[in-house]
Amino acid sequence: MSLEIRNLHARIAANGTEILRGLNLTVEKGKVHAIMGPNGSGKSTLSKVLGGHPDYEVTAGEVLLDGVNVLEMEPDVRARAGIFLAFQYPMEIPGVSNANFLRAALQARLPEGEEIEATEFYAKMYEQMDCLEMSRSFTARSVNEGFSGGEKKRNEILQMLMLQPKYAILDETDSGLDIDALKIVAQGVNDYRSPDVGFLVITHYQRLLDYIVPDIVHVLMNGQIVHTGGKELALELEAKGYDWMKEEATV
Amino acid sequence: MSAEVLESAKQIDIDRTAGNFSYDVKHEFDAGVGLTHDTIDYISNVKDEPDWIREFRHKALDVFFSKPTPTHWASKDLEAIVFQNIRYYLSSGQKPTRSWDDVPDDMKKTFERLGIPEQERKFLAGVEAQFDSEAVYSNMKKALGDEGVIFVGSTEGLKEHPEIFKKWFGKVIPTGDNKYSALNSAVFSGGSFIYIPPGVKVKHPLQAYFRINAENFGQFERTLIIADEGSEVMYMEGCTAPKFETATLHSAVVELVAMKGAKIQYVTVQNWSNNVFNLVTKRAVAHEEAEVKWIDCNIGSRLTMKYPGVVLKGRKARGEVISIALAGDGQHQDTGAKMIHAADETTSNIVSKSISLGKGRATYRGLVHIPKHLKGCKNNTECDALLINSTSRTDTYPAITVRGTGNACQHEASVSQISAEQIFYMQQRGLTKAQAMSLSVNGFVNDLVRQFPMEYSVELKRLIDLEMEGSVG
Repeated sequence: MSLEIRNLHARIAANGTEILRGLNLTVEKGKVHAIMGPNGSGKSTLSKVLGGHPDYEVTAGEVLLDGVNVLEMEPDVRARAGIFLAFQYPMEIPGVSNANFLRAALQARLPEGEEIEATEFYAKMYEQMDCLEMSRSFTARSVNEGFSGGEKKRNEILQMLMLQPKYAILDETDSGLDIDALKIVAQGVNDYRSPDVGFLVITHYQRLLDYIVPDIVHVLMNGQIVHTGGKELALELEAKGYDWMKEEATV
Repeated sequence: MSAEVLESAKQIDIDRTAGNFSYDVKHEFDAGVGLTHDTIDYISNVKDEPDWIREFRHKALDVFFSKPTPTHWASKDLEAIVFQNIRYYLSSGQKPTRSWDDVPDDMKKTFERLGIPEQERKFLAGVEAQFDSEAVYSNMKKALGDEGVIFVGSTEGLKEHPEIFKKWFGKVIPTGDNKYSALNSAVFSGGSFIYIPPGVKVKHPLQAYFRINAENFGQFERTLIIADEGSEVMYMEGCTAPKFETATLHSAVVELVAMKGAKIQYVTVQNWSNNVFNLVTKRAVAHEEAEVKWIDCNIGSRLTMKYPGVVLKGRKARGEVISIALAGDGQHQDTGAKMIHAADETTSNIVSKSISLGKGRATYRGLVHIPKHLKGCKNNTECDALLINSTSRTDTYPAITVRGTGNACQHEASVSQISAEQIFYMQQRGLTKAQAMSLSVNGFVNDLVRQFPMEYSVELKRLIDLEMEGSVG
């Protein structure tokens, strides 16, 4: 069981600029894969393409979720099939409370005619919020509206814990977090690690990987995976930067 | 996204399901097609009205004929109304029954399907149900009658309570206020007459339901509410009509009088079908320390022109208009508010939110008037527009005159769009595009919807969901 990306090519729909150029990557359940890479290498594009963002066009390749191609699916169908994206910049939804939003998202996963059981829902939400050290007042506040950067990221992880995806893609979840918040967010992710969940952690800095220790580290450059290694690769990148790899990649 | 949404908005005939049905009803009284002084006499004869009302009607008709269609500032679409093709009076009798059992079957079926008798049992203090020109049902909890509360149709009101009726009728909105108020004054029928005696606080809402069933028909109800000193009342109205190919006209006049310290809340959920021209004049007079609040929600109709107003006549009077308008593809919601300050320390508040989708157009027109000689008056106006598609349109025309040194006025306006990013974010959490749109739109109006009575806010949410579902396919 895996999220398998085969020879993925994608471009910006508006101007045709190609960003992903034949990317291959397989995220197995139970594993944490990290993707690192310099600015502009296509990291965020990869997460959006996997989510089905309408700004991008896939020109070739496949993305198989446990063997099923998801590329023809609408974003919400992919989400319900088990792909979760923790956004680098989570959107604000004015007037829609966090609790209502989560409830609607969970409701969308139920068969027609079935209703979320409210008491159970709140109990579970409060439990997860406590783990993430989020105040109860967040349930009534509009989704992400007026949240600090750190609060938004915690909220993303809360949504992940509530929606229980099979594959979670974390896009620069560490950006904008101070060290305490980073630890809390990492703890939330680590608690959710299990043989049934695969993670793809996209990050610019090695720092996050001290707390969410990856099984495999990939380097993305020019829309392709150019290097794959163990968790020590992240440390090497931190020490040496990406330039040496650029040279290696062009050789 | 937007092109696709637009395409589906065009293709799909938006279904506001609940109201779109009609039964073939044979009307006993029919004034026929067209409008002349004979039409007036027919209506007056059938209703067996006193001479002063007959005269009032004839004069009003002359005013109506003499006034031009206001297309120099309003929509040219008004010219599509052919007054000589409309039927002005249709009824099966002039006296409403007090029991649903006695309402003729087809009409009873209609109101049952709309859930009116059920709502009455659940939470209303009184109900009036109007079918085409006349109320077919009118009833109020007995306890209220014992306290002296009057809640009857306008026809009954003017005959049985002439001393109160005559004193206020046509005083808040004179015949010549505008072309359509003149038309209403000429051919009015139905609507409510309510009197709340001093100090009586009506706990549960009174409700009127206006139903147009006939094609090529004009409904012209006339409502007059008087809340005497220190009394309180909430009145709610709902309206639906089946969808016909031809234009239907609804032109009401609603006059409210809040005496010293009285409170009136008037809630409207307008859900006419897309062939209805809804041209309504609503105004209140608020005496000393009185409060009038219009809560106005416009979802349906082809064109709505409605600007509920409050004349703040007594010191410390307070006026408020809370409005939500949803302009679907092909619809124009031209709504707003008028606040006429006419005494010291009067305050007014206008909050308007509109949503335009497809080629829908929402217009806000506001009038705030505070003359120089007044002191300590305040107005606050907020209008927010949400555009769903790139073809959606919104306009804001605030006319604010604030003179003098001791008066304050604040106006805020915003236009926003539901972004593709926001929809993607919500879809990524598993919501369909339509659910994401609905949730966003409901979020946008959420703070206003909370001011509606519970039963109505649930209904409102359902209507918005339906509308959004239709718009994204």
